[in-house]
Amino acid sequence: MTGSTVLQARGLSMLYGGERALVRAVDEVDLNVPAGQSLAVMGPSGCGKSTLLYLLGGLQRPTDGEVWLADRRIDTMSERALARLRRDSLGFVFQSFHLMDELTAVENVELAALLAGQSPGRARKRAMYLLDRVGLADRARHLPSALSGGQRQRVAIARALSNEPLVVLADEPTGNLDSAATLDVLRLFEELRTAGQTLVVVTHDPRIAAVADRVIAMRDGAFVDDVASAATGTLYDGRR
Amino acid sequence: MQDVVLAMLAKEPAHGYELRSRLRAALGPLGEAMNAGQIYVTLTRLGKAGLVTSQRAEGLPDRPERRVYVLTPEGQQRVATWLAEVNWPKPDLAEFHLKLVAAATARLADPVTLVDAQRREVLRRLRDAQRAALDRSMDPVAGLLLEGVVLRLRADLEWLEACERLWAQHDPTGRKAGA
Repeated sequence: MTGSTVLQARGLSMLYGGERALVRAVDEVDLNVPAGQSLAVMGPSGCGKSTLLYLLGGLQRPTDGEVWLADRRIDTMSERALARLRRDSLGFVFQSFHLMDELTAVENVELAALLAGQSPGRARKRAMYLLDRVGLADRARHLPSALSGGQRQRVAIARALSNEPLVVLADEPTGNLDSAATLDVLRLFEELRTAGQTLVVVTHDPRIAAVADRVIAMRDGAFVDDVASAATGTLYDGRR
Repeated sequence: MQDVVLAMLAKEPAHGYELRSRLRAALGPLGEAMNAGQIYVTLTRLGKAGLVTSQRAEGLPDRPERRVYVLTPEGQQRVATWLAEVNWPKPDLAEFHLKLVAAATARLADPVTLVDAQRREVLRRLRDAQRAALDRSMDPVAGLLLEGVVLRLRADLEWLEACERLWAQHDPTGRKAGA
């Protein structure tokens, strides 16, 4: 189910280096992500997809172009406003989890809500609900070091959902996971997709792309292919 | 198909519909497309070849078509031979590879565009297989087959990526860029 545009980029560019060795990590990209869409951006390492994600999430500022989240232009915001916006409206999931090692799973998940000024009771309740949703209610009091890679990533996903973000942005979320843990994360993304969560995932793992509503192929900083997933599948038509 | 049906009869004599449901259970979602009549056509052929015999089953007057199929000694021999055979399906990539070469050489089409189209198709199949594999209620045996399908499709996608890298660097005169 998709609706009005939540995330938009216009002429987005990110250049590195000087005149002699200019790298166009992101090269005049236009993008519209409607509410409720799960979008996968695929491409080989170095194609600019992570940079694109950082620009979309306000973690980096573009050399040129605009980024809009809902009806607010974010690339020109002050650092302070941007930090608040990331905390209140965006959820991030990274390849290497980025959990706080000295906090338990539930403390990691509730942290953002506490920083946003929510009462400890409410924050804890929501964090427990989210951990339950990612299948880790019984691991709430464990430190990250006592969790497997797949469990850590699920905690990170619960954390990303804690502020009911407009968009969840994920950078290679299965990059550090084995096959079984990848399947758990894929299931979770599939559940989020079905629940109508807007998702942007950059990845070179085609299994993630395979469960997205839309797949964009990226090469040398630009989009080269943009496919909406066909509605229903036919698993066994035609021989390979 | 013939060998598979024979092997499924090796445990004990069975009705056609029993064989069919065993096959479907083992194939999982991939068995859904199996033609209902296929098993009976196969059984008839196996009967003509002397590999199975059948008898009309008694005691079920309310239902038509109650034949029980049994392996003949020749059928048993054939099952043993089949199990001992070493055989593996080859992915045929040569045709697509040659399509890219021809497209580039004769400038019929941009090979990278062809790769993109192919990737869309492989991704579509991967999506179907991956979504089916995510189903927690999947029987683990049938799930194993899906896992194999997913792995092969991923390998295809990796190869397409390599194709894309090479052909994106190729200039239209057919010489390697930077050479």
